[in-house]
Amino acid sequence: MTSPLLAVSGLTKRYSSGGKIIAAADDVSFHIEHGETLALAGPSGSGKSTIARLILRLIEADAGRIEFEGSDFLSLNGAALRDRRAHLQMVFQDPLAALNPRATVARVLDDPLRIHHIASRAERPRRIVALLERVGLSAGLAGRAIHEISGGQRQRVAIARAIATKPSLVVLDEAVSALDVSVRAQILRLLLDLQREERIAYLFISHDLGVVRAIAHRIAILDGGRIAESGDARTVIDAPQSAIGKALVAAAPKLSRIERDAS
Amino acid sequence: MSPLRRFLRTPEAIAGAVILTALAAVALAAPLFFPSDPQAIAGPALLSPFQDWSLPLGTDRLGRDVLAELFHGARTSLAVGLAAAATALAVGAVIGTLAGFAGGLVDEVLMRITDAFQTVPAFLLALAFVSIVGPSLGVVVAAIALGAWTGPARVARAEVLSIRERDFVAGARVIGMHPLEIALREVLPNALPPVLALSSVIVAAAILTEAALSFLGLGDPNRVTWGGMIAEGRAVLRTAPFLSIVPGIALVLTVLGVYLAGEGVVETAAVRKSLS
Ligand SMILES: Nc1ncnc2c1ncn2[C@@H]1O[C@H](COP(=O)(O)OP(=O)(O)O)[C@@H](O)[C@H]1O
Ligand SMILES: [Mg+2]
Repeated sequence: MTSPLLAVSGLTKRYSSGGKIIAAADDVSFHIEHGETLALAGPSGSGKSTIARLILRLIEADAGRIEFEGSDFLSLNGAALRDRRAHLQMVFQDPLAALNPRATVARVLDDPLRIHHIASRAERPRRIVALLERVGLSAGLAGRAIHEISGGQRQRVAIARAIATKPSLVVLDEAVSALDVSVRAQILRLLLDLQREERIAYLFISHDLGVVRAIAHRIAILDGGRIAESGDARTVIDAPQSAIGKALVAAAPKLSRIERDAS
Repeated sequence: MSPLRRFLRTPEAIAGAVILTALAAVALAAPLFFPSDPQAIAGPALLSPFQDWSLPLGTDRLGRDVLAELFHGARTSLAVGLAAAATALAVGAVIGTLAGFAGGLVDEVLMRITDAFQTVPAFLLALAFVSIVGPSLGVVVAAIALGAWTGPARVARAEVLSIRERDFVAGARVIGMHPLEIALREVLPNALPPVLALSSVIVAAAILTEAALSFLGLGDPNRVTWGGMIAEGRAVLRTAPFLSIVPGIALVLTVLGVYLAGEGVVETAAVRKSLS
């Protein structure tokens, strides 16, 4: 038995707001295997982004363990943490906010290659072109500023940046939620291609169960910082057991169409 | 509408731009029109203005050409003012960014230092520094910057406190960027606009401080300065008031020009911001 790629146990994060203490993540446990997609679904405010940020060490947990690639991820600090980040990447919901507004596409892609010593300075321009082509963008985009390209192109750039260091896990926090339907379908296809070819695992955060059903192997449904139910994505979405699962399925408009496609 | 045309729509901005352009031309042309040493004797002492057309503004107590001194003084005023302001803005922006981005103890220490500098009047600080180290161009620039960096530091810190919460900073951490690089390369450039909005006030203040230091005899002795000219003229204020009035007017016009043009730039930037 090999250990899972990511094993989270007892993860807890509390915030105090207005004198009251709320647990944004409350004793959360789950695991992700190599090359697998786990969806994290739940209503707004249920703690999805908090869990993403805890896993990426953008915020620190109050309690719990995170094992990543077989070692204790929460004990890493400084240079050791920065090095390991090459294997654990994230794509944010709004690529305009998540990329330096003053940067060019080339610089955004150059940073990870430079920081993790993936390619020499002379070699990096070619690697940047290869990355752009990998995510379906033309090489001519390299010189453009981030604010000059479309939302869909920006999210492709964000994905190219995330895969530049050949990560084993990419956390996607509502990464397709802000895109139009047609662009969303293209990005989802790109993510599936990348997963098949490079065996990347995804923690796919979304409140859209239609999308989740199309892309995820397993699902965990969050409610108030706790996992209300989890299991095989189709099984759970087709027959949710928890109250919150039923409410989410009832609220998903596109689900009926996707179900009809599947049958 | 282009920013330049919008800038030129306000009359104050035009006035400021005209004054500054003229001043810059004067400063740049000084060595062309007056290639010889402006501190050398050029004619009889205390010649009144408009008497001799080879010495249009007359001469001072030692017979030096006032117009030549005025031109070369513009060089010193502008050079010192711009260098001191640039130093103050750069130091302030870096310190404010590091304080705001690092937070915690680093922030606490840096802001206490900023407080300490801010409680001492800027001019006293400059005076003390030049008195101790000795007057030279570099020392005067440093002395003026010493009292001027705290404002930019506070503005930069406030801006950084909001920028550091943005997703692109989290994104930079995710790709493993070193915190120092994140602070200086990702955060600082985005915090600059409100800091740069202070530049006109800081340049104007720096020019005045330089003049005041020179007036007190603490300027670089090897350079003509307007403050030094005013001080020189003071001895003969009754008989030859023009010797103090001419550089005094130049100083007032310069500060006014810097201020007006600066306001114009801020206005233009504000309009652009509200349009976007
Ligand atoms: N920095 C913070 N300070 C206080 N409360 C927070 C903070 N971040 C998140 N929360 C709270 O934690 C809960 C979960 O938020 P979040 O993880 O963003 O939910 P989701 O991504 O599922 O919408 C919410 O109630 C939110 O208000
Ligand atoms: Mg969220």
